[in-house]
Amino acid sequence: MSYLRLDGLARRYGETLAVDRVTLDIEQGEMIVLLGPSGCGKTTTLRMIAGFVDASAGRIVLEDREIGQLPPHRRDMGMVFQNYALFPHLAVARNVAFGLEMRTMTRAEREARVAEMLRLVKLDHLAARLPRQLSGGQQQRVAIARALAIHPKVLLLDEPLSNLDAELRQDVAREIRLLQRDRKLTTIMVTHDQQEAMAMADRLVVMRDGRVQQVGRQEDLYERPATPFVARFIGNSNIVSGTHTGGRLVVEGGSAITLAGAYAGDGPATLAVRPERITLAPPAGQAQAHGTVLLSSYMGAMVEHVVALNPTTQIIARAPSSGPAATQRFAEGESVSMMWPASSETLFDSSNHLVPNRTDAPRSNERISSHA
Amino acid sequence: MSAADIYRPSLGERAGEGAMTLLLVLSCAAIFLPLILTFYLSAFDEQMIVFPPRGYTLAWYSQIQAKFGAAIWTSLRIALAAVALSLLVGIPAGIGLQRYRFRGRDALSTFLLSPLTVPGIAIGLAIYVLAIWVEENTGVTLAGSLRLLILAHVLICMPWVVRLCLAGLSNHERTTEEAAASLGANPLMVIWRVTLPAMRPGIIAGALFAFIISFENLEINLFLVAPGMNTLSVAVLQYLGYHIDPLVAAVAVVQIVVVGAALMLLDRFVRIGQAIR
Repeated sequence: MSYLRLDGLARRYGETLAVDRVTLDIEQGEMIVLLGPSGCGKTTTLRMIAGFVDASAGRIVLEDREIGQLPPHRRDMGMVFQNYALFPHLAVARNVAFGLEMRTMTRAEREARVAEMLRLVKLDHLAARLPRQLSGGQQQRVAIARALAIHPKVLLLDEPLSNLDAELRQDVAREIRLLQRDRKLTTIMVTHDQQEAMAMADRLVVMRDGRVQQVGRQEDLYERPATPFVARFIGNSNIVSGTHTGGRLVVEGGSAITLAGAYAGDGPATLAVRPERITLAPPAGQAQAHGTVLLSSYMGAMVEHVVALNPTTQIIARAPSSGPAATQRFAEGESVSMMWPASSETLFDSSNHLVPNRTDAPRSNERISSHA
Repeated sequence: MSAADIYRPSLGERAGEGAMTLLLVLSCAAIFLPLILTFYLSAFDEQMIVFPPRGYTLAWYSQIQAKFGAAIWTSLRIALAAVALSLLVGIPAGIGLQRYRFRGRDALSTFLLSPLTVPGIAIGLAIYVLAIWVEENTGVTLAGSLRLLILAHVLICMPWVVRLCLAGLSNHERTTEEAAASLGANPLMVIWRVTLPAMRPGIIAGALFAFIISFENLEINLFLVAPGMNTLSVAVLQYLGYHIDPLVAAVAVVQIVVVGAALMLLDRFVRIGQAIR
């Protein structure tokens, strides 16, 4: 039995299902990131775990104990809010001490714990300040110290980085990740930022319209997306829809893409291809697709080519601007051929289910669900 | 920057500024002149108010205790009791109105604030008639009791408390309450440790406003004071019926000082303009 288990968790608001039967097993010390666009149900899921939102159905089991009926103050979850939610009338040290004051603890123990937490987030010199006298980054560290002070069973982070300056964000993401790993904190974080999620998670949960699209490690999602949505959301895959027939995908506008892998079942299909796995070359016979360069942009480390197969279908290719894998630059208006290996493309059928590549070693999705 | 860049107001603009200044001075004069005049009159060494006075004296102030002491004390007691009761009901009402969306919320909100819109004289008369009606039908004496007067004052104090509590909560982050709950605070503890501290300026402002409203009230007191018991406002009115002497001005000064002190105290906690917007 896992440490924390969400079992068919659902939340209904009137006619809409904000969260639709989310099932997830979380191990002790694991960092899980719920990722998805706004309105996908990730925050509602987090708030159900915290106890601020009642589940319409399903169970939350922590250490073999059903906690779904417990009020928030009896769940032992440390939560860091998007706006930090510090108590404005209390100094930093009193903010951190708040949760300890709600517990039976001697004054000496409490003060020692507060001091330890403030050292941990490097704010010991600001203990007497009021929250409004701190910068956003400092406020956020107070919020983390306050949540950790109670030694929570689970740490919940609701978009913890979204109110920080862009340049601070990556540093803080790393700090949180290191802290989480070193203290083996079971953590669930919610974010809409794919980069942030990739950088911090042990496993990611991609959500859309209240449903879990895929659960897995970064590589799982990136290399083996379970749905076109995951392919697009994680790493911005090219998504092309068309009709699969005889190893080719005929797209809107009449152009054909020669699939690198071999797939069963003809009919409507969607192809996902990673931009950075596409090689551009001067027109050649053996290629996945042919087109005309529409835009060529030098982005620093990468060069991006937008290639038009026809007036309605475009494919983006990205490659390093220097080094052994550096791409040849093509001018706008030049004809090019595009090539990619079978391992870099994913085909989905009309109901967005993955179609396995028959020539490949079995690319099981079992690994994804059985992991953990 | 060259000299040509320096902004020079035109003649019209300068005339406009002059007019604004004049208007400001006149307004201030209109506000403060009666106050200053009251101070001035209270020091006349005359039995009647006549210009110019023979001389000046502070003797009138020494008579306040004897002539109006009991009334001031009654007014203070009523105001303090009414404020306490208003807070007891008004603070939870404010929290409830701000937090929950329920059927009849708007009606309740209007009801709680309605004494603001009804003339005090009408409230006084209505309560008086009600008290008589209750007495005739049940034999319970209500009219002329201090308790009824205090309850009537609660009625006019409450809207201020509710309104200022609501204003005090408008900037309150509800997530801080969730944070407290996640840290182990039960719902009562959340209110005590997080919500009430956040409301503190609103509560203080509401209490002081309510105090002033009660202390200055005349219309309700006129109907509900018991024989032999006088509030300051009624006592002053009665006194004015027979005498016009500097003693009334002296009493007015005392009242101005009490209310002014309350307002200054208030301003330390909240900017008044902000609280009653």
